[in-house]
This record gives sequence, structure tokens and C-alpha cells, in this order.
Amino acid sequence: MAADTVVHASGVVMRFGGVTAVDGVSLRLRRGELRCLIGPNGAGKSTFFKCLSGQLVPTEGEILLRGDPIEGLALHAVARLGVGIKTQVPSLMNALSVRENLWLSARSLRQRSAAEVQQRVDELTEQLGLGAQLQRDAGALAHGQRQMVELGVVLARNPWLVLLDEPAGGLTRDEVHRMAELVRALTAQATVVVVEHDMNFVREIADTVTAFHRGRVLAEGTADAVLSDERVRDVYLGRAAKEPA
Amino acid sequence: MKRTPTPPRARLRPWHGFAATALLLALAPLLVNDFTLTLLAIYALLALSLAFVWGIGGVLCFGQAAFYGLGAYTYAVVSINMGGSSVALLLGVAVAGAAALALGSMMFYGRIGDVYLGVITLVFTLLLFKYVSSTAGSAYAIGQAQLGGFNGIPGFPALNVPGLPDQPVYGLGLYAVVASALLACWGLLRWLCQTAFGRVLAGVRENELRAELSGYDVRLIKTLTFGLGGAVAGLAGVFFACWAEIVTPEVFSLGVSAEIIIWVLVGGLGTLWGPMLGAVLLGALKGWLGTQQGLDSGVVMGLLLMAVVLFLPRGVLPALLKLFRRPPPEGPANGR
Repeated sequence: MAADTVVHASGVVMRFGGVTAVDGVSLRLRRGELRCLIGPNGAGKSTFFKCLSGQLVPTEGEILLRGDPIEGLALHAVARLGVGIKTQVPSLMNALSVRENLWLSARSLRQRSAAEVQQRVDELTEQLGLGAQLQRDAGALAHGQRQMVELGVVLARNPWLVLLDEPAGGLTRDEVHRMAELVRALTAQATVVVVEHDMNFVREIADTVTAFHRGRVLAEGTADAVLSDERVRDVYLGRAAKEPA
Repeated sequence: MKRTPTPPRARLRPWHGFAATALLLALAPLLVNDFTLTLLAIYALLALSLAFVWGIGGVLCFGQAAFYGLGAYTYAVVSINMGGSSVALLLGVAVAGAAALALGSMMFYGRIGDVYLGVITLVFTLLLFKYVSSTAGSAYAIGQAQLGGFNGIPGFPALNVPGLPDQPVYGLGLYAVVASALLACWGLLRWLCQTAFGRVLAGVRENELRAELSGYDVRLIKTLTFGLGGAVAGLAGVFFACWAEIVTPEVFSLGVSAEIIIWVLVGGLGTLWGPMLGAVLLGALKGWLGTQQGLDSGVVMGLLLMAVVLFLPRGVLPALLKLFRRPPPEGPANGR
């Protein structure tokens, strides 16, 4: 494994009964890389994402994070390796305030003192513009705000690997642009994997893109190369997209 | 025109509640006999155990009576064999807590879902009820203690002053011990809720997945919560044995398990004081109904539960507290 490879998945297969959702996917991610996983519904990208984050245990294959296999690790143990995970539907502690949500995540790093935890909460509040929402219950926020708070919760632990499932889902145009800026900035401190449907968002942020189709990797490379790939346009964007109107 | 400032309304602080409860417990013997009061305080302690496990930890346990009964039976068996009450009391709490830890670890590490968790805890209680009920005969004995089947275990030593087996504690003295234990357990659990562990517990109750994704071992946190709740229920069982001076399989019954859940629901799920209030009110009502002819206590309690669920869905205490709360300030920063 190359020295700067921090995520290495090889031959990952995920079957649900007779359905093979992921069929032999291999993937390498370099330190500081921003990789987008794209594909039509049912292509297997979200299932692969869940394997990568430890939410699903692959039927076959191996996933190494910084050289260590995650097989057999509970979800919290994967998170403790330094993995931050944002789910497709914002997953927050709804009856707790935004501050408490950030605080609980920030303090889960045991080596942090109370002052360091508070400092991290303050940093994120400023970085994500959450000051006005800090005392409100997370369950009372609008969708876009919830997406932003969940990103804060993920970043509160200073993960070296950030896995984001549809971070731009349901956001307004301005919010998408803001989210893209934030995600781009993450690469200074972490390797980032993004599952996303919004192609404008993908174009805006991605270094590299992996396109999924029927559980397999259809194409992989730079964003421009993959998004202009004929096969990808056929299966994902639709054949009509390349035909003259 | 100059506006007259509105005087701020009194704000409830944690120690206000603690002081008021202590005062209430101290003055109660002036109004009600100590025999009844002791039983009500035991009920309150039992309700407190489920209030913590369910209301704070989010684990609905249908079998809190199992740990209550284990505490009672352990006290009876150990006190008969050892002659004093101190070790029996400690072991009663320890056995109930250990049983809750063991059962909890199996359920939470086994990733049992909420519905099945309810079924398993209920079945655990019923198994104990069935087993203890079938222990009639001299073959069923632990040391010198005959388990006695349906008739239970009578005639074991009463609670005594630690180290002085000849000085039993009963009547007002027993009430003072139970009331002090209730106050101590409530204070301890309330303090725990304010600590980092308590905040994590609230987070786990709200969203287990997010807690796990944040690196918290939800299985361990829930097991510890369940174990602590079991230990408090065991303590209530020990006191019940001391109060009743007999333990029978009835302590493991479905009726007791259901009653505890009703106390918590009526008092106010999510609070610690509310379920204690619910236990005292409903326990007193049940006692009064038992002396009335022509009124079936089951029917009255059922109607009362329905009325509370319909008209005070958050329970009695949250409804009362709402009257004392200041109106929230305007603006987006308004919070909890």
C-alpha cells in the first residue's frame, strides 16, 4: 500500500439475501483527497459508503483505514479511529440544543479538557455560523440548518476521514454554495468522501470521482473525465443528455 | 409613558426541589401514619428506579418488578442465614443490580430492539414469578431459608441498627431510613443527570445512531443505566421486605410491573420527581380504594390512566411545572 494511502477497500461485496448491492468494489484514497461517489439510485454507492463507515459489514472483501482492518469493529470503535460520518437524513439529538449536540460530539475525545471542548464548540459555532441557533433545540431547526449542525457535529471530533452522505440534499442554492466551500476547506485537515446526486455540487468540490453502476465501479478519475465519460452519461445522466435537443 | 417593570417570577432551582422534598418527607408523619408513609416512600423509590431507566435512559423496562423482587427475596434469605440486616441489605441491592447488569448486557450487546427488550424483561419477571411460586416444600431452601412457594418467606429479621442486631428499626424509624434513602437516591440520580455521563445518556436516549457515530459505546452506557436502575429497585425491594415482614412471589407479579409503569406515566416521563409523585398519589389512592366497597380499584386506576394520557399526556409534574415557568424570551436564541 502506498505511503499516502489512508483508505484501502479491496473486493468489497455486500449481499442482502439474493441481491448483490455492491459487487467487488476496490478503492484507494490518498491523504487529503476529496472523492465523490456518484451513480443512479440503486447503483450501490450508499451501501458501499455504509461499509466504509462501519454501518454495514461487507459479505466479502476488506477495508483498511490507515492500514488497520475495520472488520469486527463496532460503529463507535470505527468512529474512535478518527472517522466522522454524516448520514443521508440529518441525524441529530433533537430534544437537545445545538450547543449540546456540538458539545457531546466534541467531548467524546477523551484526551480533551473541558476548556478544549468548549473552545472547539466555539470554533465550530463561528466557522459554521451557528451562533443564532446555538440555544435552540436541534429538532426545531429548518433542514438546511440541520445539515449545517450535523456537519458541525461531525467535525467536532477533528476526524482525519470525513464521510458525507448527500450533504447538499435539500439545500437552497446559496446553502449549496456555502456547503461546497466548507467541504472544500476540509481537505486541509482530512480525507473526504462525499456521496452526492447534485452534479453541480460535485463539479464544484471534487478532486476525483468514482461512478457506480449496478454495484460496480463504472468509471474513476478526475471530475471532468468521469462526468464527460460516455458510459457515465448513459447510465447516470441518461442517454438523452448527449443527444441534441 | 414610563412602563412599570414587571417583577421577575420566582425561578425554580434544583436545590429548591430538594429542600422542599426533604421538608415534605419530614413533615408527612404529622399528617399520615408512618406505616402507610413507609410504603408510599418505598413505592416512590421503585418509581424513581424506572424513571431513571426509562425517562432518562430511554429504556422501557416491563420487568422492573424482577429487580424489586430479587432485592426483597435476597434480603429475606440472607438475613435468615446471617441473623442481621446490614449485609442482607447490601446483598439485596447488589444481587438486584448484578441481575440487571447481566440481563442488560445480554440485551444491549445483543442489539435487541426496543419491542423485544420489553418482551424479554416482562418474560424475565414472569419466569421468576413462576419459579418462586413453585418452590413449596423443604427441598427448596437456601441455607436455613425455606423459599415457601406461594406462601413466601415470613419471619426473617427486621432491619436493625448496623452492628446491633438486637436493636430493630421499625415504625417511624423505618420510615426515616426509607425517606432518607429515597432522598439520597433521588439526589444521586439527579446529580448524575447533570454530569457528563448524564448528558451523554440524554444524547443516547435522543439518538443512538448519532451517539455511536460520535464514538460513544451505547451498549455500555445503556447497560450501566439499566444496572443502576435495577440496584435502586432492589433497594426498594429490601425496604418492602422490612416493611411487610414477609416476601411472597407477588413482588414479581405482572401487576407490580404494570403499576410501576403507570406511576411513571402519570407522574411525568422524563422527570425524576414526577414518577415519585405519581407513585405516592396512586399508591395512596389504591390504598383508599381498597377500603371502599362498590369501587373496583382496577377500574378506577384504568380510568385515571386514560384521563391522564388524554388530558395531561406529559404527566402531572410537567403540567404543574408549566404553571411556574417564566414565559420564554422572544427571539431565536430562546431555548431550553
